[in-house]
Formats: sequence, C-alpha cells, structure tokens
Amino acid sequence: MDTTVHHGAMFDTDELVLNMGPQHPSTHGVLRVVLRLDGETVVDVDVVMGYLHRGIEKLSENRNWTQIVLLTDRMDYVAAATSNVGYCETVEKLMGLEVPRRARYVRTILCELQRIASHCLWVGTHAMDIGAMTVFLYAFRERELILDLFEEFCGARLTYNSMRIGGLPLDIPPGWDKKVLEFCRIMEQKVGEYEELLTHNRIWLERTKGIGVISGPDAAALGLCGPTLRGSGVPRDVRKDEPYAAYDEMAFDVPVGTAGDTYDRYLVRMEEFRQSLRIIRQATEGLPEGPIVGKVPRLIKPAAGETYHAIESPKGELGYFIVSDGKSTNPYRFRVRPPSLCNLQGLRRLVKGHLVADVVALIGSIDIVLGEVDR
Amino acid sequence: MIDSFVVPLLKILVVLNATLVGVTYMILLERKVIAWAQSRLGPMRVGPYGVLQPVADALKLMIKEDITPVRADKWVFTAAPIIAMVPALIVYAVIPFGPEVSLFGRPVTLYVTDVNVGLLYIVSVASVGVYGIILAGWSSNSKYPLLASLRASAQLISYEVAVTLTLVSVILVAGSLSMVSIVRAQESGHVWFAFLQPMAFVIFFIGGLAETNRAPFDMPEAEQELTGGFHTEYSGMRFALFFLAEYANMIVVSSVATTLFLGGWLRPFPNVAFLSFLGIIPSWAWFLLKSFGFLYVFIWIRATLPRYRYDQLMRLGWKVLIPLAIINLVVTAIVKVMVH
Repeated sequence: MDTTVHHGAMFDTDELVLNMGPQHPSTHGVLRVVLRLDGETVVDVDVVMGYLHRGIEKLSENRNWTQIVLLTDRMDYVAAATSNVGYCETVEKLMGLEVPRRARYVRTILCELQRIASHCLWVGTHAMDIGAMTVFLYAFRERELILDLFEEFCGARLTYNSMRIGGLPLDIPPGWDKKVLEFCRIMEQKVGEYEELLTHNRIWLERTKGIGVISGPDAAALGLCGPTLRGSGVPRDVRKDEPYAAYDEMAFDVPVGTAGDTYDRYLVRMEEFRQSLRIIRQATEGLPEGPIVGKVPRLIKPAAGETYHAIESPKGELGYFIVSDGKSTNPYRFRVRPPSLCNLQGLRRLVKGHLVADVVALIGSIDIVLGEVDR
Repeated sequence: MIDSFVVPLLKILVVLNATLVGVTYMILLERKVIAWAQSRLGPMRVGPYGVLQPVADALKLMIKEDITPVRADKWVFTAAPIIAMVPALIVYAVIPFGPEVSLFGRPVTLYVTDVNVGLLYIVSVASVGVYGIILAGWSSNSKYPLLASLRASAQLISYEVAVTLTLVSVILVAGSLSMVSIVRAQESGHVWFAFLQPMAFVIFFIGGLAETNRAPFDMPEAEQELTGGFHTEYSGMRFALFFLAEYANMIVVSSVATTLFLGGWLRPFPNVAFLSFLGIIPSWAWFLLKSFGFLYVFIWIRATLPRYRYDQLMRLGWKVLIPLAIINLVVTAIVKVMVH
C-alpha cells in the first residue's frame, strides 16, 4: 500500500501502515486489517480475508444432500444450528417437502436459543474489545447453559449437525422443554445484568455513541443485513418479511435503531435477546404433538431446478442458493450468502476517520465470524 | 555508627523486600479479586488457593528466554525496564508507614527517611518512571509499542499537571512538604484531608489511575488495541520488570493517597479518647489497611469499567481535571488567607 508523505513546515510526516491481524486479539479470528494511520486517525483501511477458507461451497458439490448439513455447521460455528436449519429448509423448498408442525416449532426454539448464544458471544467480545472484561465472562456463563441444552438435545456442543432434510433427527428429550423455560427465566435477569454494566455507563456511551455512523439507505446499499442494518433504522428481518419455520405463528417485535451508530447496533442486539426469549417461551409452551419428520424419500434427489432461500441468522440474512441437475445425488451448484461477509464489506466505510481504538469497537459492532466470511 | 548506618540500611532492606513481595502478591490479589468479580476461582493450583502462584510466576519468568528483537536499539531496550522499575522502588524511601516506635529499647522511625521536600521528591522521581515506557516503545522499533509510547507521553503530560496541582493545595493546607508533617497536620487538625480537600482527593485518585496506566486509562498497554502496547516485544524477566513496576506504582499511589488524604498511619478519630480501643491495631497496620482499600478499588474499577479512548482521556485531563484542580487551588489559597 502506498503512503502519502505530507510536507509540513518543519518536518515531513509519514503515514504509518499498521498490520492488524491475522493474529490480533480483537479481530475475532483470522481477519487481517491493514490500517493507514495519520497519528492514531485511520486514513484508510484494507480488509484482507481468506485465511480460513476451506472451500465449503465447492466441497458441498461433491457430497450427497444429507452430508452437507455437517458442512454447514462449520461456517458460522457459533450459530451452527441456524446454518443447519437454513440449509435443510432450502432443500425442502427445492423438493417441495412438507415439514411437520412439531419439527418447525423445535427448529424455531433451536434457532432462537442459537441467536441468544451467538449474541452472548457478541456482547462478551464486543465489551471486551472496549475494555469491559467482566461482561465477557458473564456472557459466556449463560452461553454455557445454552450449550448444555444443545448437548442434551443432540449430543454436541458446538457443531451440532442437528437437522435432517424434512424434519429433525430425533425428538426432544423428556423434560427438555421445562429446562428451556427455566433457562428463559434465568436469561431474562442476566440480560438486565449486562445492560446494567454497559447501557448507561458513561465510558461505554462515549466509546460507542457517534462511532461508525451509517444511514439506513447507505447501509442497505452496501448490502448490510441483520442487526447491523436494523441499527440504522431499516426494519428488515427475514423472520417477519418472509417467515420460515414457525415464525408466522409467533408474536415478536423487530427492534430498530435511529442513529445507526455503534450504540444503536448494541441496543438492537440487546433487545433481540428479549425478543428471542419471548419467541422461545411461546414456541415451548405451544409445542404441538405429532411426527418430527415429514414424508422424505429414501434417496434424496431433487428434481432439476434451482432455488434461493434465506433465513435470519444471528448475524443477518443467511441465504442458500442451490442448483440441482436432477441426475446426481449431490447439488450441481451450492452457494451461500454469508451475512458476516456482507457486513464486513461495511467495515471500510465505517472505520474511515476514526481512531485505532474505534477500529476494534467497530469490528465487534458488525459481529462477524471468520468461519462464515471465508467459508 | 549504628544509628547513622546500620539502622537505615536495615530499614531499606526491609522496605525493599516487603515491597517486592507485596507487589507479587498484589498481582495474585488482582487475579483473585477479578476472578471473584467474574464468578470464577482464579489461580487455584499452586499451593492452597493458589497462594504460591507468585513464586511460580517469578520462577517461570526468570527461566524464560529473554529475547531482544534484532532491529531493536539494544542498550535502550535493556535500560527501559530498569528505568521503569527503579523510580517505583526508591519512592518508598519517604513514605511514612508509621510514627516513631520503640523497638528493642531503641527508638525507631517507621520510615526510611523524612526529607523536608518529600512530596516534591515523590513527584519528580515518579515522573521519571514513565520514561521507561516511552523508551521501551521507541527502542522496540515496532509499530504497536511506538503508538503505545506516544499515548504514554501524552497521558503523562495531561495527568501529571492535574495531580501536581492537587498536591499543591494539600501542601497549602498542611503547610509542609514533608510526608510526616502532613500526617501530623491531619492529627493536630482533627480531620483527614480527604474531607478538607474532597475535590483534590477525587482528582488525585483519577489522576493516579491514569498515571499508573490502570483501567479505565490503560491505553498504553491496551491489549485489545495495541496487543500489549509498550511491552509487546518484551519477554522473560524484562517483561516482568515492567509488570512489577506497574504494581509497585499502584502501591505508591495508594500509599501517597493514604498519607495525604486519609491520615496515613493514624487510626480513625485519633483524638477521640473513647475510641482509643482502635489503638490495639498498630499504626503501620492502619496504614496498610487504608492502602489496601485503595488497591482494592483500583482492581474493582478494572473489573467493572470499559476503557476510555485516547482522545477522550486527553479531553478529560485538560478540559475537566486541570481547570477543576486550578479552581480548587485558588479557592484553597483564598480560604487560607481569610482564615489567618
């Protein structure tokens, strides 16, 4: 990268090129951000990615339809169940499969639990980046409870492989729904605890208000999605706009921000904690009886055709575009619209003109997972 | 011979060793307190409840490889940790841990020395310490440490002024620069200076946090931004020296705050007769107790608050603390003149 030399009255000053990452404590994985600094002010920024590329999309074209579920776990590894649901629903849409109501309800519960787990990780690391380290431990404590619930449901704690095309691999264990409700009760208080530490904290306000402001139209034009977009006041939420799973039967609000700064994005996600709890309660209390798998053919082999289906992952709109040639038992083309990547595109726009300390705050604010950015 | 040479030497030895042990256990305390704040246990493996952790840490750091980066300025790189550590230790020479007591039938003062410009000595020596950080950042010849050392120098200038101004108002009230006289003044005045000079007390405390690079002002070593800041390139014992210097400075700030504002070694209400049962606790223990209170608050703040940004810290220093300190100083002077 070229640096500009400013010829001053007494001294020539140089821009400083600072390589942040791929090994840096606050880039949330292996993101590399090349900063051009004037003092501590960021003049320009270059985002370099690809350090975690495993070729999941290409790999998927050589696996049969059921095996791909396992690969989707490895994209957004802090919200694996959401990726599972997104993929399975896309294939169901492609095949025109009917999913039983009970399975759709359980999927909704899992997706929302996953959203809370992912947001826990986000609030912890985001606060940690800004220097509030206790929130990190608190959030991980509650995330642990969710991982326990997942472990009881499917045996895994991180990469769940928890969905099957047409429904669920297994029914929920007896008493699980009680534990979920108990978790909701605990979590409700704990969200208040995080907010007590941050929301009205003067230093937190100074560090997040007015940082990385982006207007609604600009954010939409950049392709930002999820809470990052909603923080700018655009009420776009796939759960409301194009309901999937059992979201059409749930009552919930979509929180939006007004200023479009880091603080608003923070508030949106904090409110999403509460809305997710609300959905989980409704779905768990109204969980219908019935089968957990629809009428799925022994050999999954969709007819020739293509489809795009999106769901609202914790990070934003997670879309799958799948083409089937109707002849083989694997997809002809498999492509993911990763919300983390789309949000990462906004980073350059957000960071310019701010200070080094704000760069880490903004990386935290857009909530990326490098496994999903690079795939 | 004994009074002029042996006794001072013994005192220096005791203070130096007590400080170093205190510093290592300070690190353990910080880890424990933060762990409790974060609902975890902290170090538990070395000794019961991890009490031997400092020993293990020291041993580990001593036998670790001490790396000097090829492109570093070798002499300055070696000198920097020493420059950081030494001032932090020699400040203890004038801190009064207690009054004159009788030990083995011989009157012994519980401080190494009492110079009549004690406070000035502390301020000047303590400000040398920051050169260690600045030189470490510069000599590492690496970008993150360089940014950190820039931050450190900016931070020093902003806060040294405010802190020193608060000290001046304390000097006005006490009428002396000697640390012992300041404590005596609080005894004869029947009041801790924290109540006479509340504004100075608060400014001194905030400034103290900034001077010791503690949260929420720990920008020069902001781990999440500058990957450790000025000590990024340091390892082994030289890294340990920086670490020890930071904690030694914390103890210095706590001790100075105790002496200036909380009556030093005096028990609460030293002139109220019916509270004399408090005298069971010896004077030096009162001093340690009060200093410990400060240290605990330091740790507590670190566990609770996010970090300020560099420019916000400067703004707070120049636009809030320094004007307030000046106002406080002027008001103190006017009141002082009017009372006389």
